[in-house]
Amino acid sequence: MSDIAAIDPALTMRSFREAHEADWRRLEDIVARAERKSVRSLADEDLFALPLLYRSALSSLSVARDTSLDKALVDYLESLCTRAYMFVYGVRTSPGSRLARFFRRDWPAAIRAIAMETIIVALMMIAGAVAGYLLVRHDPSWFYEIIPAGLADGRDPGASTASLEAALQDDGSANGDALGAFAAFLFTHNAQIAILAFALGFAFGIPTLLLIAYNGIMLGAFLALYVPRGLGPMVGGWLAIHGTTELFAIILAGAAGLRIGRSVMFPGGATRMAAAVRAGQTAATAMAGVVLMLMVAGLLEGIGRQTITTMPVRYLIGAAALAGWCVYYYLVGRGAND
Amino acid sequence: MTETSLQRRFVTPEGVDLRLQLGAASQRVTAFMLDLAFMLGTLILFTIAVALIAWGTGWNGIGLIVALWLLGFFLLRNAWFILFEMGGRAATPGKRILGLRVVARNGGRLTGDAVIARNAMREIEFFLPLSFLGIRAAEGMAGAWTAIFGLAWSGIFLFFPLLNRDRLRVGDLLAGTWVISTPKRRLGLDLGQAPQRTAYDFSKAQLDAYGIYELQKLEEVLRRRDWQQMYAVATSIRNRIGWRHGPDDAEFLAAYYAALRDHLERGLLFGVRRADKHDEGRGRQG
Repeated sequence: MSDIAAIDPALTMRSFREAHEADWRRLEDIVARAERKSVRSLADEDLFALPLLYRSALSSLSVARDTSLDKALVDYLESLCTRAYMFVYGVRTSPGSRLARFFRRDWPAAIRAIAMETIIVALMMIAGAVAGYLLVRHDPSWFYEIIPAGLADGRDPGASTASLEAALQDDGSANGDALGAFAAFLFTHNAQIAILAFALGFAFGIPTLLLIAYNGIMLGAFLALYVPRGLGPMVGGWLAIHGTTELFAIILAGAAGLRIGRSVMFPGGATRMAAAVRAGQTAATAMAGVVLMLMVAGLLEGIGRQTITTMPVRYLIGAAALAGWCVYYYLVGRGAND
Repeated sequence: MTETSLQRRFVTPEGVDLRLQLGAASQRVTAFMLDLAFMLGTLILFTIAVALIAWGTGWNGIGLIVALWLLGFFLLRNAWFILFEMGGRAATPGKRILGLRVVARNGGRLTGDAVIARNAMREIEFFLPLSFLGIRAAEGMAGAWTAIFGLAWSGIFLFFPLLNRDRLRVGDLLAGTWVISTPKRRLGLDLGQAPQRTAYDFSKAQLDAYGIYELQKLEEVLRRRDWQQMYAVATSIRNRIGWRHGPDDAEFLAAYYAALRDHLERGLLFGVRRADKHDEGRGRQG
């Protein structure tokens, strides 16, 4: 009893600090370097020392909390341990293998997981296209309500059949340059629409469906401009080369959003929050894929449309692209998933 | 203590509670503003670079140049947050400056999916209302109601973090993440080792006047070294414990701090944790 009473806490604390301070400082230095660059930039000996130093800092923290009233010291150790924890337990797989896994497994698996929503959204888009077509056929003035003037770019009911045909024909030769800019604009525009469709999903998916339906209506309105004038097959080829990829991507983005909306509405056995988190992460993986798809669509549009002018080849490329996506999504890596 | 309302239990696999501190709303907003400013700066530099290229090539491939700019803008808008938060520091430059980082709520690794999800939601939380407002404002007064609606819409998302106790954005909610504050702290001097502490001889009654809470407030005062504040604190302590001699406030406070800490830490060894001056020191329960 008297032994304990004779202990001088200040002396104990000083020896505690003296015993461990070098380790803390070394850990702090390693963590600071890892934060500045990356864990991979550390020398091997530092990498091996990191978990040991982390554990010793943690036990110092426990000791300090129970025996020391030096708030600065406890705060310092807390902050140090938290920063170190992120590296000891947060070490990721290398970006290369992470990327490989994304292409081999995660991406198709995420798309497969939203298959049911994909069908619903596709039907919604088709319904929108039919509605848009019928509306404009019935009364051409609808066209101006549906399509923003910037997007129409002179292609409206007022234009002559010849000028519409010419616009479809000469994309490549005359103003290829401006077309490159237009393709980039379409890509960024579409990608932003896709991200929006995804992000709106959490409001029970309703805004997503509206957005998809609106895009379908726009498509239908454009078709109503060309098909009655006998330009149907031509505009089909014009669209098909990149459109199969692009429309599929937008449908998938809507499906990803709808997935979140569905899980918020019908969480099943999990809590609403847990269901939303799980759906959100699946949907986000699908979204990363969607943006890549839109990039491919932009390339097909920018390059393919200028160099390939024969109709059958355009259709062939469009169909091949669609078939390729379907095979990749619904056949690749099925076994690896289980 | 007010700061405990943002403190969360977080037990490592080793069984130690790290007591994570969530980022305060003010820090989050400041970090976002900084990021926006950085993005704007980058965009301006990028635009100048693209314009220089266009000028260098004699404005020939202008279509390609515009395409380049559009792609760059798209990347900046979407990839800025995602790429930085996927990095080792799990924070954008703005967050780094404020000492914030993104962490998975369940304590696991922060996955790429989570980062994408939390940042894709930014599209409706911020960029959508912004572009919406921009377009409507350009159309003039006809859009007044839609502008108000847009403002209310963005308001809901803007203040969402204030409406839940974990300061979650809608994006955080969906991605299963939260933002914690991990400021870099330096290891300061141990004030308990004050050299003059033996020169003063406080009685047990004088040391029993205060508890741990007051001790740590005193520590803050000593570290801040604001003379006015030290004078005020020293005066009130002198009055409370009836200490008349020793004219130097700084020395008195340092000595009293060291003696009080000795006293209270010795108490800890006996299992007595006196929380504050109102605590009668009956010892820790349980």
